[in-house]
Amino acid sequence: MISQNFGDENRLGIVVSGSLTKGVEVKLDPGISVEDMVVGRYVTIEGEKRHFFGTITEVSLEAIDPKIAVAPPDISDPFIAEVIAGTTVYGKLRVLPHLTLGSDATSILEGPQPVKTVPAHFSVVKLASPRDVELVFGSEDERQFYIGTPLDMETKVCLDVKKFVERSNGVFGKSGTGKTFLTRLLLIGILQKQAAVSLVFDMHSEYGWEGQDERGHKVKGLKQLFQSRVAIFSLDEESSRRRRVNTDFIVKIGYDEIEPEDIELLRQTLNLTEASVQAIYQLAREFGERRWLERLLDLKDEEETKQLVSKLNIHESTYRNLRRGMENLRRFPFLVPQAPDNSVRRILEYLDRGINVILEFGRYEDYAAYILVANLLTRRIHTRYREKMERAMGEDLARPRPLVITIEEAHRFLNPELSAQTIFGLIAREMRKYNVTLLVIDQRPSAIDEEVISQLGTKITCLLDNERDIDNVLTGVPGKSELKVVLSKLETKQQALIFGHAVPMPVVIKTREYGSAESYREFVSPRLADRGQRLETDDLWG
Amino acid sequence: MTWGNVETLVKIGEVIEASGSQFVAQCYKLHQPPPLGSLVKTKEGSIEIYGVVFNAETHSLEPGRRPIARGSEEPGGEDVFQANPQLAKLLTTDFGALVVGYREGGELCHYLPPRPACIHSFVYLCPLEEVEDFSHSLDFLPLLVETNLPMPVDEVIAACFRYFSQAHADRRTFLVKAGKELALLLGGELKRLNSILRKLK
Repeated sequence: MISQNFGDENRLGIVVSGSLTKGVEVKLDPGISVEDMVVGRYVTIEGEKRHFFGTITEVSLEAIDPKIAVAPPDISDPFIAEVIAGTTVYGKLRVLPHLTLGSDATSILEGPQPVKTVPAHFSVVKLASPRDVELVFGSEDERQFYIGTPLDMETKVCLDVKKFVERSNGVFGKSGTGKTFLTRLLLIGILQKQAAVSLVFDMHSEYGWEGQDERGHKVKGLKQLFQSRVAIFSLDEESSRRRRVNTDFIVKIGYDEIEPEDIELLRQTLNLTEASVQAIYQLAREFGERRWLERLLDLKDEEETKQLVSKLNIHESTYRNLRRGMENLRRFPFLVPQAPDNSVRRILEYLDRGINVILEFGRYEDYAAYILVANLLTRRIHTRYREKMERAMGEDLARPRPLVITIEEAHRFLNPELSAQTIFGLIAREMRKYNVTLLVIDQRPSAIDEEVISQLGTKITCLLDNERDIDNVLTGVPGKSELKVVLSKLETKQQALIFGHAVPMPVVIKTREYGSAESYREFVSPRLADRGQRLETDDLWG
Repeated sequence: MTWGNVETLVKIGEVIEASGSQFVAQCYKLHQPPPLGSLVKTKEGSIEIYGVVFNAETHSLEPGRRPIARGSEEPGGEDVFQANPQLAKLLTTDFGALVVGYREGGELCHYLPPRPACIHSFVYLCPLEEVEDFSHSLDFLPLLVETNLPMPVDEVIAACFRYFSQAHADRRTFLVKAGKELALLLGGELKRLNSILRKLK
């Protein structure tokens, strides 16, 4: 009845129908404008026995009588318009409940749980208050990193960083939607909470020293914020010098460090045939794993070449294809016959000391360099980590620090063809056990192996509009079709949908500000919530 | 709460016909029935029965005796009555009221009373304060909407809203609230709703 007193200004309406899988339908109260409702907004439902937390996934216009569409009332009269709104015609929301909190003491202690039922008929639906958000997402503390705010709210949404690094994660979004900023934030979160050490393969050199925002303003990179805890490694000394970046180490890779497996991944990039790849293995058997590349590149004498080709029974066109491919590697100055220092060991030394390593690629932004280096280094690091972890388990020693490896353009490594072969595929699948996880960044998630995507713990996605990309990102997520709507309606900037292991429920956030002096200060020394003043769950029911 | 002392209220007529849902009263003064849609009340023992005026008519007291036209020589209508003083005794004005609720022991109920009004009980026009009090709840609306009358009931509803709205400080808010209540009741009858709403200005 209209005459009833709604009282609460946050009240939106009442639940009128729905189901667990599709979400509940909410009839908006008269006086609440549908135009104020946006998908992705966070609401609470007061059921009979429990509280529900959910997000708006659909907004629709309804009418008591379908004939109204044919003979609309005279809404030029404001009085008639006001009477009609909310009665004859009304707004409807679809809300997908994600979490529930019981009212008894045990439930309150346990905190919000995944939803297994729906609120009763006519339960009151309200906009979530800052307190509700805090109850679900916690407040900033030694585990929780403030990553952004919910839509149209000033409260903080926090990510449980310790949980985040337990599994491999993904950041997705079309180009220009803020993946880099988001990733920088995540890396800062990991650093700030000391949840893990990071190794970043920084293809476009934008994480380490400084990057640029959309307007071309410079923003500080990790090294400028956390001097002593970040080391910049570079493949391109010259570029680093020109950009006035203080590098900690110049990475050189010796020919002797390149194994046939490293080249196999580059098959497409270097345009090698299947036979050429086989030939590499034959060469490695012939000359040894450490010398094959150097020997191959040194081979100039035609007679010698002929002998080798016939000895190994390689077809001449295969040899030419292989040779052309390998010559391509010569254009990378970071590849040298003999490396002065062992880069892998250096990286591991830093990581062991808890210093995060960012490897800048400088001018070598092409995929061949990126795939070769990222894969080569990661394979070695993986082996060492595995050994350490096994030793730690066997001898009851301290386990190695959790390591998060960040890779960009992840579909180059993790597409269905390669993911079974690359080390990244393996890490995404099982390295969690060895304290190594990935942070994959990509703009075409549909090109990534579905099996890998499904293993990602937390996914953070900015706007995606390709149907296949959206489908792939949402593989196996409850309420997929509803989230799909939310995802495709994100703004192009500074908005992201987060769901998975590190957040209790999917949430759309406006990403935290990055670039002002105030924001830098907050990153370096965050004001953590005073534990004494933290929200008590009882308050919700008080 | 009881509004005013019955003795101080203005008596306007007397019940001459009563059923559970309606009553008809004869006015004490010819040609002075309460306005259409106004709130009147009458007493039956311990209860006060409220009605909304839905109709009024003036007719000859004797059913077989029709009035005849007398004013051909008179300059104005009033002059007819002055020239024929007996007419005031031969004619009478009645009005009908739809029962919309009652008050018993201070408690206001917006539904039909247990008993109909008594014949010859006095009928009073409710003061605006009492109208305001009564119309805080519009739960009586279905009684109006669903009734069968020999005249257009929508006119009565509109008149009732207009009259009741005078009792509220914020007239428009009351009308919007009443309109919304009506819109819910007339869910499938858009035309009817539209025509009533247009009469609420």
